[in-house]
Amino acid sequence: MAARTLLSRIRLALWGLVALAAFVAGALLLGHLQEAARQGASLPGAARFGGDFELVDHNGQAFSSEALKGKPHAIFFGFTHCPDICPTTLFEITKHLEELGPKANGLKVFFVSVDPARDTPEHLKNYLSAFDSRITGLTGTQEQVARAIKAYRVFAEKVPTGDDDYTMNHTAIVYLFDGQGTLASTLSWEEDEKTRLAKLTRLADRG
Amino acid sequence: MTNKLSAALALVLTGVAMVAPGQARAGDQAAGVKIEKPWTRVTPPGAKVAAGFMTITNTGSQADRLVGGSVSLAKRIEVHEMSMKDGVMRMNEVANGIEIAPGATVVLKPGGYHLMFLGLTAAPKQGEPVKGKMKFEKAGEMAVEFTVAPLGAKSIGDGDKMTGGHEKDGMDHGSHHMNHGK
Ligand SMILES: [Cu+2]
Repeated sequence: MAARTLLSRIRLALWGLVALAAFVAGALLLGHLQEAARQGASLPGAARFGGDFELVDHNGQAFSSEALKGKPHAIFFGFTHCPDICPTTLFEITKHLEELGPKANGLKVFFVSVDPARDTPEHLKNYLSAFDSRITGLTGTQEQVARAIKAYRVFAEKVPTGDDDYTMNHTAIVYLFDGQGTLASTLSWEEDEKTRLAKLTRLADRG
Repeated sequence: MTNKLSAALALVLTGVAMVAPGQARAGDQAAGVKIEKPWTRVTPPGAKVAAGFMTITNTGSQADRLVGGSVSLAKRIEVHEMSMKDGVMRMNEVANGIEIAPGATVVLKPGGYHLMFLGLTAAPKQGEPVKGKMKFEKAGEMAVEFTVAPLGAKSIGDGDKMTGGHEKDGMDHGSHHMNHGK
């Protein structure tokens, strides 16, 4: 009698283990799939993202989105009166580009100002001189910039501060486009360095 | 007088990571804050803003507030909070300053609370600490000296590691010295 109860208890415990193992395996698989989607394959809805724009580069030259066709590139939006995330992102990307070395020569990075009133081409050029030369600053008229912001579905708004000054709230995601012009992945501020470097390496390799 | 003298002495002796008693005003028996590791970092050329960070502990027995302050190389300071949500970076002035409960510690760091140095009149340079004053509602004004970390630094580490030695390398190369140790 007692032996039978014990046996059935063991059986129950074993079934419990099986169920647990199945659950863990499922969770792992899901995680893998999500990670694969994050790193490799294009993101859903990626083809509709980005778009045509006419801006001015940090050398004062007209820059059209036509120039991006067929070229893998990273693009993100910010402003030079940003105390934290913009210089940090530029710094991190610089570090990654240096790590990639000549491998990343075909990879262009664009920093688009959401604050063209203050970010003139000259100012951008000076500011970006502290970072990798493969990073190009883009600005333009308010209308030109507004168009680019819309094309990339970026959020940007002015926030008044004291002294008639202002700062900006803005999307801080780095968009990675492959040579087909498809949004391949994104870099975010919260990710660790290894993940970001892996994504940029993939983009440079994939061309 | 003796109070001021000992505060000045403490300031000199402890150097960068400064622990100076707040000057309690008459009527506030137990207002006091401790400021540790005040730091800022090198900005890209032509930058008009910088951020300041520090760790503040309320050593008093009543709540206090960091309401503002000043630094030598900026026209003014605001107390800001940054947040990231759905990929959007938002930054706001903290309306009534940061409240610090008695015994509590508040860390101002990249990605969160920070001091916004607005209207830079000079660029922060490594090896040249930036003098400033922090203003608290109860503890009053406290002198601080911000250590200058390299461009892109996310923390100050042990404080003194960051100063001296590398600043002659110039911007492009100086940036190599950080973060790789992690
Ligand atoms: Cu701020």
